[in-house]
Amino acid sequence: MGQTITEKILAWHAGRDEVQPGELINARVDLALANDITAPLALEAFRDMGAEQVFDPARVVLVPDHFAPARDILAAENCARIRDFARQQGLEHYYEVGRVGIEHVLLPEEGLVLPGELIVGADSHTCTYGALGAFSTGMGSTDLAMAMALGEVWLRVPESMRLEYTGELKPWVGGKDLILHTIGSIGVDGARYRAMEFYGPAINALSMEGRFTMANMAVEAGAKNGIFAVDCKTRAWLEKRTRREYRAFDSDSDATYVQELSFDVSSLEPQVAFPHLPSNVRPISQAGEVKIDQVVIGSCTNGWLEDMEIAAHILEGREVHPHIRTIIFPGTPKIKLEMIRRGWMETFIRAGAVVSTPTCGPCLGGHMGVIAAGERAVSTTNRNFVGRMGHKEGEVYLCGPAVAAASAVTGRLSDPREVMGG
Amino acid sequence: MTDMVLEGKAWRYGRDVDTDVIIPARYLALTDPGELGAHCLEDLDPKFAGRVREGDFIVAEENFGSGSSREHAPLAIKGCGVSCVIASSFARIFYRNAINVGLPILECPQAVEDIGRGDRLRVDLEHGTVENLSTGRVFEAQPFPEFMREIISLGGLVDYVRKRLENEG
Repeated sequence: MGQTITEKILAWHAGRDEVQPGELINARVDLALANDITAPLALEAFRDMGAEQVFDPARVVLVPDHFAPARDILAAENCARIRDFARQQGLEHYYEVGRVGIEHVLLPEEGLVLPGELIVGADSHTCTYGALGAFSTGMGSTDLAMAMALGEVWLRVPESMRLEYTGELKPWVGGKDLILHTIGSIGVDGARYRAMEFYGPAINALSMEGRFTMANMAVEAGAKNGIFAVDCKTRAWLEKRTRREYRAFDSDSDATYVQELSFDVSSLEPQVAFPHLPSNVRPISQAGEVKIDQVVIGSCTNGWLEDMEIAAHILEGREVHPHIRTIIFPGTPKIKLEMIRRGWMETFIRAGAVVSTPTCGPCLGGHMGVIAAGERAVSTTNRNFVGRMGHKEGEVYLCGPAVAAASAVTGRLSDPREVMGG
Repeated sequence: MTDMVLEGKAWRYGRDVDTDVIIPARYLALTDPGELGAHCLEDLDPKFAGRVREGDFIVAEENFGSGSSREHAPLAIKGCGVSCVIASSFARIFYRNAINVGLPILECPQAVEDIGRGDRLRVDLEHGTVENLSTGRVFEAQPFPEFMREIISLGGLVDYVRKRLENEG
């Protein structure tokens, strides 16, 4: 019987010829990841398990990106615990402030993720790496401790759903709009426990960055993972970043899907998820008059160079509305350096935006852009739950970088065409 | 190991109760269950953490625990004294985390439909039954797969791995 990409990767890592959806398997892990919020609990569990050495110091990655540079003493102590552990274990991939980026942008950039690999992370957005044809999923700290100790995890083989996108995207519409539109259609548990496989002409035409954005938000539909087939764009991305060999899997033509959906996206407008669920999605033309206080552009969802380029294009020669605080946080130091080379840092600063160090801070109301009661933020991040960006009476509107940058200029939720014409 | 028969009051919530409202990110530098528990659900129901009694239940609709992978969420629920979460369905990472840290959870949509705020419940974990003492109705929850029952009977994933490491060592 035919197998999906996800089933093939899981079977390979379980040492089997094939696996069936619903089965519980023990699978070998290629990479285990944790950050400064989830690692402290994982290290506690690791010690309680009686483990002394990680299974492979080259395959355990620790990234202090959430509350670092340390926002307070507790955060500093958590970062110190991780740092000590990384040194003591001789971890090859620990990233100190100055070199650290937002984990799900950093790992693909560093060439640490390959097609066909199985990656687990104590962070729900670990599903991002599906863009490279890897199986990757988020877990908790104790699961991660098991992966660190044994190099394996238990997994329930997910049912796969096939999502096809036809048509050519209009200007200012990208991966974020595709995934918001999808979550708006199927709901925040529309893919619960499932693998989402993305296909179609609109996907083939999408950049790697756009695919990372889509895979990143698979978890917002409740999915275990999101995954893309490897193509020439994937290979070109990898060629620049790694020389390691990999196995690219394709789904068989007779693979079984629990659901198949098709979206004609040729007339899709930029999308916005209204508070307080990522599924509360409207096209920008139906957004109405929403005055805002803060714009956030960046994160593991949209902190890629392409996102910075779109924002720079819109903010070039324009000014952020005087009532708006605009915070731009690129995914990694390399992206920030490239922004300097291309003159976008000057564009942003002249426009009246602040460019932050790479951090998850503002996305989860941690630091560097927390909102007050009654404030509204337009944000390229991934969640708009109650209290997500700060006060529980604050509101977060999720969108792509084009809507966010345009809204920064006008001071209200805006269609980029309003600012740029067309 | 947890008591197998639990009794307490139901705290009733709707669908998509996410981990950001279970324990907001501003508290994520904490790791102690008791300290986390003092802030449990504070953005959804500010009175909950102050009034919940040891042994009470959280009863919620579909997709409980959606969102982030923070294990602080089941720890906060445990830390404030809740004995078990009963929901119509659970988000997958929360489901794993609850089992791994030894927080009892039961998937039982019929019970959730029957249970109102403040109802008194008796839950038998061994047999997976939920009895609403206020309505007199009894419901059966989804049984756990055998492998998960093994983890649960060991009190969580830590002891499961410890046992494996000892056997392999």
